[in-house]
Amino acid sequence: MLEFAFAQRALAAVVVVGLLCGLLGFFVVLRRLAFIGVGISHSAVGGVAIGLLLGVDPSLSAAVFAILVALAMSWIARSRRISEDAVIGVFLSASMALGLVLLSLRHGFQQDLFGYLFGSVLAISAAELAAIGGLAVLVSGIVFVTFREMLFVAFDEEVARAYGRPVDALDAVLLVVLAVTIVAGVRVVGVLLIEALLVVPAATAALWTLDFRRQIALSMGLGAASGVLGLTLSYQFDVAAGGAIVLVAVTCFFASLLVRRGQ
Amino acid sequence: MDAVVFDRVHVELDGRVVLENISFRVAEGAFLGVIGPNGAGKTTLLRALLGLVPVTSGSIQVLGRAPATLGADAHSIGYVPQRAVVSRNFPATVGDIVMMGRLCCMGRMRLPKSTDWHEVARSLGHVGIAHLSDRPIGRLSGGEMRRALLAQALCAGTRLLVLDEPTVGLDLPSELEFYGLLLHLQRELSLTVVCVSHDLLALAGQASELICINRVMHVHGNPEEVVHSHALREAYSCEFDFLAGEIAHHDRMRSGA
Repeated sequence: MLEFAFAQRALAAVVVVGLLCGLLGFFVVLRRLAFIGVGISHSAVGGVAIGLLLGVDPSLSAAVFAILVALAMSWIARSRRISEDAVIGVFLSASMALGLVLLSLRHGFQQDLFGYLFGSVLAISAAELAAIGGLAVLVSGIVFVTFREMLFVAFDEEVARAYGRPVDALDAVLLVVLAVTIVAGVRVVGVLLIEALLVVPAATAALWTLDFRRQIALSMGLGAASGVLGLTLSYQFDVAAGGAIVLVAVTCFFASLLVRRGQ
Repeated sequence: MDAVVFDRVHVELDGRVVLENISFRVAEGAFLGVIGPNGAGKTTLLRALLGLVPVTSGSIQVLGRAPATLGADAHSIGYVPQRAVVSRNFPATVGDIVMMGRLCCMGRMRLPKSTDWHEVARSLGHVGIAHLSDRPIGRLSGGEMRRALLAQALCAGTRLLVLDEPTVGLDLPSELEFYGLLLHLQRELSLTVVCVSHDLLALAGQASELICINRVMHVHGNPEEVVHSHALREAYSCEFDFLAGEIAHHDRMRSGA
């Protein structure tokens, strides 16, 4: 399949997004951010709709909207007047509803919506691939620089705060890079499945090792490998690429669970 | 010089007065035990000392400065929080967790250098668990975990050590062993120690001075004075006549007699 340019771009995209989701997934699993990730990914629909209506690049508007929603969810949840899962539930529903209403104002909105809900990796352009690559480099750099501080916050937020670490800023940075990662991945596997690519490889890696260095390497490797194998299977059997990628990742998870339970 | 000064400190949380008119001083090198019944405001007092909760009125000085202004010098304070368990699956070794205490000393990229790893090894050696450096943090026993958190608190040139219920969940021999280690480190590293505990007996046997609070300050003095004071009964709203005998029993167990 690699004789086609679109397939080469798709392959590069799934590898980059797989590596990136594996990296961010480490923190998603460690800090139990899976549901907030769902909230962010669904908010991308609202952002895409705003972009399409305003004539702005939908990926850009989705990224900005997802970042704002992520920070708003975190800020309201921190006020402790309402539980975090309820806040996420409200924002998730509101963003999806806003997206549906706005997209319904356009003709042929089902096609736009379908592409973002389920991904369209084979339709990725060279410019989109370059943007995904750029975001991946940026996010990886930020995670590299803040990694040990973020790990400290994950271990004990209060002690980190007592030692003068900028906990609130680190949390905000984590949410922003998570939102950016999600928006980058939405083109590959879609709003509905991007969360799986964030959670499943990292959760699989956590079954194998308690060393964060190995866990991250394994998570990134599984993310990329799931992407490559899923895309290949999708091409061979003519099935949806996003679904095939996630099913490969999930198969690795359950296989690991079986093996590790037996040990 | 005083390591800690509380001057007429009031703290309100969610509209409720938690600490009222608390004043005391802790000299450098002293071991202050903070006691009081459940809900007395002991942990809030520590959190105010660390700058984690705002003071409604009054002032706090820690190592000569307000806690919020310590900035890069925050590493002079080591903090061992009230923590009974750590997730068994937390993906870091004991050495990695202790290294977190040195983040303030690293460069912008927060990459540990060989000197940082040397300090980590030294801290682990101080608390007697150097051999556990590569073990996953979630696979330690309760006593080993306390020592690991103590090593984290000590590994950045700490002058003031703040502990919140450090022996909760430990059995009596482990508790005595922990306090013995704490006293040894206090002397060897010239530390000032502020330790909160609900366990009046344990602290009375270790600290050089005690304060008893229950929203307000009830008594401040050496353990002998505090234990026999009428103010202690007021703070706990019960009789403490048995204490003298219990402390003697505790001391006998500590000395192994």
